[in-house]
Amino acid sequence: MTLAAHLPALQVALPLAVAPICALLTWRSTAWAIATLTSWFCLAISVAMFIQVRDHGVFSYAMGGWSAPWGIEFRIDALNALMLLLVTAVNAVVISFARLSIQQEIEAWRAPMFYAAWLLCVAGLLGIAITGDAFNMFVFLEISSLASYILVSCGKDRRALVASYKYLIMGSIGATFFLIGVGLLYMVTGTLNLYDISARLPDADFSRPVLAAAGFITLGLALKFAMFPLHLWMPNAYTFAPHAVSALLAATSTKISIYVLLRFEFIVFQPNLDHHDIQFSSFMIPLSILAIFVGAIAAVYQGNIKRVLAYSSVGQIGYILLGVALLTTTGLTGGILHLFNHGLAKAVLFMAVGCLYFRYRTCKIDRLAGCGRDMPWTMAAFVVGGMSLIGVPFTAGFISKLYLVKGLLEQGALGIFLTILFLVGSLIAVIYIWRIIEVAYFRPRAEGVAPVKEAPLSLLVPTWGMALANIYFGIDPSLPLGLATQSAEQLILGKLL
Amino acid sequence: MDVLGLFNYWVFVILLMLGFFAIVARTNLIKKVIGLSIFQAAVFLMYISMGKVEGGTAPIIVPGLPDDVIFSNPLPQVLILTAIVVGISTTALALAMVVRIKEEYGTVEEDEIRQKDSREKETTS
Repeated sequence: MTLAAHLPALQVALPLAVAPICALLTWRSTAWAIATLTSWFCLAISVAMFIQVRDHGVFSYAMGGWSAPWGIEFRIDALNALMLLLVTAVNAVVISFARLSIQQEIEAWRAPMFYAAWLLCVAGLLGIAITGDAFNMFVFLEISSLASYILVSCGKDRRALVASYKYLIMGSIGATFFLIGVGLLYMVTGTLNLYDISARLPDADFSRPVLAAAGFITLGLALKFAMFPLHLWMPNAYTFAPHAVSALLAATSTKISIYVLLRFEFIVFQPNLDHHDIQFSSFMIPLSILAIFVGAIAAVYQGNIKRVLAYSSVGQIGYILLGVALLTTTGLTGGILHLFNHGLAKAVLFMAVGCLYFRYRTCKIDRLAGCGRDMPWTMAAFVVGGMSLIGVPFTAGFISKLYLVKGLLEQGALGIFLTILFLVGSLIAVIYIWRIIEVAYFRPRAEGVAPVKEAPLSLLVPTWGMALANIYFGIDPSLPLGLATQSAEQLILGKLL
Repeated sequence: MDVLGLFNYWVFVILLMLGFFAIVARTNLIKKVIGLSIFQAAVFLMYISMGKVEGGTAPIIVPGLPDDVIFSNPLPQVLILTAIVVGISTTALALAMVVRIKEEYGTVEEDEIRQKDSREKETTS
């Protein structure tokens, strides 16, 4: 069939084309239905492409029929397939969840526009994950970022506006840094295709602009994925955004920026810059350890349940970067797997918070006391997500942390030291998750809070779908593990070439 | 070092830092947006400078051109057209947000907003 050959283009074009249709609608539920249908179609497309990658290996799509170094190339290998699956799956589940939650938080007349921004954000994320062109990545990065600033600013609290403004300023600085880096690379090589840049760099006359480009790109992306100490925009943005938006952004947008860093680092910089691997690890390892501790300790002291989760994201990004910075196959496998698994865990946690807010109308932990008895199903899903975050066996988080520890132990004496820090960091995660569980199950209801009913099914079903995915990938991790191992091997191989 | 030959790049760096300074040092939200615009415009200048080839002419093929003609590189300008659009959208969105912030808080000064937020926190908790 001819349509099948154009799946990579459709993956991005479909949400991009449906977004303006959504914006033109006046009925809230129609806009939601169209957006949800589109999201599930996107998931189907990414599954189809995953099957193609699994059966026939890497394939590439020339946008508009212009072949690789001239035109924009969409190139799908194991890592792309994994990222596309993560984004489309999380998006499909979260948007199915969004209807009631958004109904409560956003006025009816704004909702169609909100769903349009949502689809644009997803289109941008998918575009980043699929394209092999450096400048194209920048454009998609900005499409998704601009859309997500709008989504964050839709929060009910007026502080959402200030949080979103801060996010916009920091995100734009990050994007501009990225743009400078891409410009420097183009200046040296005269090409924008990632693999073409890598092939031409050995013949380049200068290496200093490339080093500068590495700095600009790493820092720019670090702002986007909120690496400690550049995470300042994140806690407020996640706290005041609508709950469905927090779930979407926490699970996908920071992860995609890390993916871009992986691409640049392992295809362009490390093969072509002397000693860059040592520079990269000695820069990333201390910062990621700091991120793990600062994120986890800050999370323990928060009174707002969403803020706890936001700070925990700062820490979890530290785990991912730690795995990546080891520059070994096992470490990278762990890092990439944690990228996927943490996405699943955060999605279910934020969705459970959305359910709690739907009944209690608050996110303050002490006002939620006793919610485990009133809303047993919601809190059970929260507990599953929390266990996955900590890394309890039979949840997804356990598998990725297992690989991360394995990767650390390969490093000898330093590895053992890092493993101890890693495990202590995970123990602090137990504290902040336990704090919420204790309040939910063992405390009497807070004063003046009326008893509530369980969340409606249309919120519970997607939340539990995501929770079951966390358990399923903890028992049978073959799908993400296979893709993560394959992409780690490809990245390491690219580094050696 | 050829300082004058790199004139464009010096301007790029100075503008970049000026914009960045405005973003960091100003407390007025609109002035921050202006800083962001300058910051982004500096990068446009970098891209356009690198497309210039000494002695190059406009890259249009017309009959009667000599064989040894040198063309300037048109691609950076095309790229930067896209980046300008991105920059304008960012500025527009930022200004729209400032309007909404002004509606909600009645001010566009960062410290006053922070004060109002912390006062609100005290009264609710």
